[in-house]
Amino acid sequence: MSRMTMIEAIRNAQHVAMSRDEDVVVYGEDVGYFGGVFRCTQGLQEAFGPSRCFDSPINESGIIGTAIGMAAYGLRPCVEIQFADYMYPGYDQLTQEAARIRYRSNGDFTTPMTVRMPTGGGIYGGQTHSQSPEALFAHVCGLKTVLPSNPYDAKGLLIAAIEDDDPVIFLEPKRLYNGPFDGHHDRPVTPWSKDDLGEVPEDYYTIPLGKAAIRRPGTDVTILAYGTMVYVALAAVKETGIDAEIIDLRTILPLDIETIEASVRRTGRCLILHEATRTCGFGAELMAQVQEQCFYHLEAPISRVTGWDTPYPHAQEWHYFPGPKRVSAALCEIMEG
Amino acid sequence: MTDSATIQGEAIDKSDVTIEGEVTLPADMREDMLKYYKEMLLIRRFEEKAGQLYGMGEIAGFCHLYIGQEAVVTGVQAVLEDKDQVITGYRDHGHMLACGMSPGGVMAELTGRADGLSRGKGGSMHMFSREKNFFGGHGIVGAQVPLGTGLAFANKYKNNGAVCATYFGDGAANQGQVYEAFNMASLWNLPVVYIIENNHYAMGTSVERSSAETELYKRGISFEIAGKMVDGMDVFAVREAASEAVDHARQGKGPFILEMNTYRYRGHSMSDPAKYRKREEVDDIRSHRDPIEGLKKQILAAELSDEAHLKEIDKEIRAQVKAAADFALESPEPDAKELWTDVLKPVEA
Repeated sequence: MSRMTMIEAIRNAQHVAMSRDEDVVVYGEDVGYFGGVFRCTQGLQEAFGPSRCFDSPINESGIIGTAIGMAAYGLRPCVEIQFADYMYPGYDQLTQEAARIRYRSNGDFTTPMTVRMPTGGGIYGGQTHSQSPEALFAHVCGLKTVLPSNPYDAKGLLIAAIEDDDPVIFLEPKRLYNGPFDGHHDRPVTPWSKDDLGEVPEDYYTIPLGKAAIRRPGTDVTILAYGTMVYVALAAVKETGIDAEIIDLRTILPLDIETIEASVRRTGRCLILHEATRTCGFGAELMAQVQEQCFYHLEAPISRVTGWDTPYPHAQEWHYFPGPKRVSAALCEIMEG
Repeated sequence: MTDSATIQGEAIDKSDVTIEGEVTLPADMREDMLKYYKEMLLIRRFEEKAGQLYGMGEIAGFCHLYIGQEAVVTGVQAVLEDKDQVITGYRDHGHMLACGMSPGGVMAELTGRADGLSRGKGGSMHMFSREKNFFGGHGIVGAQVPLGTGLAFANKYKNNGAVCATYFGDGAANQGQVYEAFNMASLWNLPVVYIIENNHYAMGTSVERSSAETELYKRGISFEIAGKMVDGMDVFAVREAASEAVDHARQGKGPFILEMNTYRYRGHSMSDPAKYRKREEVDDIRSHRDPIEGLKKQILAAELSDEAHLKEIDKEIRAQVKAAADFALESPEPDAKELWTDVLKPVEA
């Protein structure tokens, strides 16, 4: 065991996966020599050589497209899109090719590939470096979408993603790279070295895709969250004293509806959190499924706290971000319902 | 890295060339003439039948016929090895037949039946075969080009000596991702041959109305990719150029671009009245440059066969195509449960 940041855990996961399988290749913009914009691939080129970890030109469509071809013929590419906001030129390849080759070829070909990308805001990146596009992936059948919230999960889920026989989108909340940020932007962030989930085994392990984790057991209300919002939820629970059960979805597709259902049936209340914009965000799907599965157990309307339906602003970042204050208010309101 | 000086720009227009009188042919051509004649004729008769079935309402949706372009896939396939991959766009029936995929399986996919190569889930534009190393059939214009480049990367990484033949049309040649792929292929020295089937119309837009540089083989110049213009209506010209390009890629010299000057006789798809070109233009190419008629003249001139024998061949191919069509019409409708298969890998219980 050693203490790792999320960056180190992601780096370590790729190192482990590359050591175990020579068909795993890692590439993307500035991934090889530079070690990645957030240093998530640092040291991989030195360890495995430039044929297995290398720089691509700045061309997202080309990165995703070539990865599909590689994956179909025996490789397991793990590519980095420098920011999730840069994914759009490659979205056509992801949705119409990567996600559909298995179906279209009647199972004759599969595309085992992982697309890593930093997601979310909190670093004053403005409109083109802060978005949370997870719902755009969850909407595409044939893709799996993973969104870890801590170093331990990030490593186990990333190795599982690389080993998965289908294309996996692996979204890394960039505000969590260096510590469990809880939305209190005016306070110093606790480093991962002081958090239990910063304890990461050096060796191989996986966390199955499609399994949620209960971060905090509770009886009053179920909070559904993923990524950065898990820590915002923990802060809000601490501040309100409401005994909420916090479920960290970890994988949004496939969705662990069983864990969600069991919890909401117990608590009778459900609050959904995400940083992405509200309309047609993944929270809308969660609301629909909870309503379908748990309607007769609900004691209050299902509620959401999300980013606003605006572009991600620069100076007004913390007005946009659904921080602990907004989550606490929603928690109090749902308990009155 | 290839030298941009190797770009060859010989624009061949053989529209006035007809074979007359006695011709002396090299031995290897003599041997292969009848073989290519049969292969091209199979594609043509297959496509004619597909057009017929479409008219009868047996094929639904989109159907892009390859009639007129048969020499391209036939000539390229002649120099490919079994391990080489082929990937193309939506006008893909000819490529699949050239790869040796079963005409019945292709036709049954067109008719949307259970015995179709994708069990009806793909349709005309989306079929695959791992056995024949055919990687689709892609409905998005130009999307196959980065994919083919990735296949070539896998070949290089595995050091398996295989080359990927990546086909696309003059329309796709204007898609941005094609140039992303060119850059990567040249930068990483990948074994890929890009075959631009220039049939002169991107749906209804002529190359002249869509392209600042109409000589598409030059599109690789700024990536240092060698390019060559080829008479795509002459199967031997195609074979010769493909041989050079495939050897180049297989020897580790990187990508190569072949622009095939070809022509489609039918509309872009079945719903295309083809008002963007004159009837005379089509008739002129049909009567002067048709790849099958041209080869037939060569065969007769070389006395490799006679009219009666060629008629016999046509009869056999028509019977083969009829059998494929019968198979495609007799095959049952796919089970509705197929809707749910192969979305993701099944979860083990």
